[in-house]
Amino acid sequence: MTLTRRRMMAIGTHAIAFAGLVGARAHAVVFDEAVQGFTQGGVPRAENPVLTMTLPDVAEDGHFVPLDIHAPGAAVVAVFADDNPDADVARFAFGPLSPTGSVSTRMRLARSQNVVAIAKMPDGSLYKAEAFVNVIVGGCGS
Amino acid sequence: MASDVKRRIKIPKTASLDEVITVKTLITHRMESGHRIDGQGETVPRSILNRFVAQFEDHTVIDVQMEPSISSNPYFKFEVRIPHSGTFRFAWYDDDGQVYTETATIDVV
Repeated sequence: MTLTRRRMMAIGTHAIAFAGLVGARAHAVVFDEAVQGFTQGGVPRAENPVLTMTLPDVAEDGHFVPLDIHAPGAAVVAVFADDNPDADVARFAFGPLSPTGSVSTRMRLARSQNVVAIAKMPDGSLYKAEAFVNVIVGGCGS
Repeated sequence: MASDVKRRIKIPKTASLDEVITVKTLITHRMESGHRIDGQGETVPRSILNRFVAQFEDHTVIDVQMEPSISSNPYFKFEVRIPHSGTFRFAWYDDDGQVYTETATIDVV
């Protein structure tokens, strides 16, 4: 069979699409492992009165996405991004002088994806908050 | 290796006893993620600030473990209850081993 230009283009497009799928699946595995590393098998409650995470619905610039956490009484809050090259974003440990468990920062998102925050209370209980952020211009790699 | 690192702290000069105040911190740093590809097609190695700690006198207020998904020029805004006058100490830890520090005082009036 001769490889026409049209056939080569078709193969190329499918190869890129497949690579994208493999990349996303690889990120999903890394994300699950990162979350497990923090929860150690514990199951975070999704309906929760404790943890509030605020993110924009739409982020114009994936290099600077504002993130707000509010988790009164939490010992540690971990944040994860499920389709970034690195799933771990940050872990915030609060001391007794920070009882509101409030922190704001800016994060990078390579593309539109889910961001998950998990709060670990002093008694070990876990609470989860999740949001999908639509990213217009990805902040991958920098 | 990061040179010419600037720190900015925004904190009220005074507070009433046990007031919860807001502290804002900013430090200049490229936060090289380790995923960027330079003009020669080479991956630029990771070089980030990996930790930020804010202490008030003997107490750790907030201790942040930072990963490459934190934006460049890391910014943190957080709340602190002020039990008495004293000194804040802030420290940022670079992958290359350097530690950048800053202090600020607050008076309870």
